[in-house]
Amino acid sequence: MISIEAIVRPERVSHVAQAMEDAGCRGFYYVNVTGQGQQRGVEVFVGRGGQMARRSAVPKTLIRAVIHDSQKDSVIAAIVAAARSEGEGEIGDGKIIVSPVLDAVRVRTGETGDAAI
Amino acid sequence: MNTGDTAWMLTASALVLLMTPGLAFFYGGLVRGRNAVNTIMLSFMAMAVVSVVWVLWGYSIAFGDGNDWVGDLSALGLSNIGVNDLLAGYTIPTLLFVVFQMMFAIITPALITGAVVERFKFTTYLVFLVLWSTLVYSPVAHWVWASTGWLFKMGALDFAGGTVVHINAAVAALVAALVFGKRRYPGLEPHNVPYVVLGAGILWFGWFGFNAGSALASNGLAVNALLVTNTAAAAGALTWGILSQMQNGRMSAVGVATGAVAGLVAITPASGFVTATSAIIIGLVAGALCYYAVMLRPKTGLDDSLDVFSVHGVAGIWGCIATGIFAVAAVGGPGKSGLLDGNAAQLGIQLISIVATLAYSGVLTFVILKVLDMTMGLRPSETAEAQGLDITAHGERAYVSDGAD
Repeated sequence: MISIEAIVRPERVSHVAQAMEDAGCRGFYYVNVTGQGQQRGVEVFVGRGGQMARRSAVPKTLIRAVIHDSQKDSVIAAIVAAARSEGEGEIGDGKIIVSPVLDAVRVRTGETGDAAI
Repeated sequence: MNTGDTAWMLTASALVLLMTPGLAFFYGGLVRGRNAVNTIMLSFMAMAVVSVVWVLWGYSIAFGDGNDWVGDLSALGLSNIGVNDLLAGYTIPTLLFVVFQMMFAIITPALITGAVVERFKFTTYLVFLVLWSTLVYSPVAHWVWASTGWLFKMGALDFAGGTVVHINAAVAALVAALVFGKRRYPGLEPHNVPYVVLGAGILWFGWFGFNAGSALASNGLAVNALLVTNTAAAAGALTWGILSQMQNGRMSAVGVATGAVAGLVAITPASGFVTATSAIIIGLVAGALCYYAVMLRPKTGLDDSLDVFSVHGVAGIWGCIATGIFAVAAVGGPGKSGLLDGNAAQLGIQLISIVATLAYSGVLTFVILKVLDMTMGLRPSETAEAQGLDITAHGERAYVSDGAD
């Protein structure tokens, strides 16, 4: 089992969710997060709307899923295809972080491991 | 008694009251989310505290005959005013004038709070409201609006409170920012822009009562006041929006809202004396002046957090000067003329009223705050400031999103 954390543009979330489902990953959750990557934050008006300042407050959405080892390549490919901006992609399209998972438990039945996801 | 005049003034009084919750949202949206309830409460409590003070002694100190400088205690508890007594020279009940003026007394100290948001110990604030309203607001209102006041007798033109409300509150705000010092944990962005625009909209709407109501009658003067008020607000908003677009390539909604307030502040003293075309100039200049004042303020190092002086002070002073320039007898009646109507001396009188308000309010506010600092303490603990005053002063949160919602 592996864990997928995909940081994507908020406006691509529906695309990505659909692509993950099509790739056989039916369980995931997402949260809205703020932060900064290589594009170094966003410019916003501060105070009474006089001057602007750069803040590390780029809105992104973090999608999390736990999948079978065998699904790794297809799910990652699906997320990349759905999250990348048109053409060659753009700075700010996001990142995917992959890590191993020790175990999982289905609360209803008590099943563990691959059977639980 | 004229029922038309009375009906309008009842309405105008209610309109002016609504400005204070409007201000609460205007300020509330500009601060951090963890201080939203506290900032709103600073305005809201002014309605609760000053209303009582006004009935008990505030009105008497402001509008009792007294001398040149201050009223007397003849109207303590409004005991000498009958239900059917009429305001001298007008066709409305005296009690209606008391109510209308009460709404001005409420919003003025609420305006000050913008300079010291996110760091005012709430219990101290309640005492500050009583003291400032009594020792600063009432006397200045007496000078300018009571028939025995020295600025009134000198012929200072302030239709709806450019000196009494805006310059008065703005210089108090400046002094307060100085005495309080900086916020320990300032936010950068306004946390809720829709609140700010909503608040500005309510202020704009309520300002019709503020200015058109200052005619104290339902007549042509009130209509002209409403027209110039709306015109100046529009010119101020437009100016700020255009400057924002030109300088940053984007138009700040908070900026446009602030521009509208700048226009409204500037037209306040002039609204009973100028024409609609003059109002465009007054609003336009106010928008530009305040825009640059807001840009410059952070460079001063002074944490007038919500730019009360940059907006109410700058636009208030400009409005009082503009009244001395643009006032025409054709609007305000005989004797109500400014520079362009051949009465250059008016400009000097306006300047005296500005300087007097700045000096008196500045000094008295400083003394009041110093005394409160030594006795009750002005600022909450560092922990409370870090956590936000919503939880620590009120036990409430503006936004609950932890599963308890």
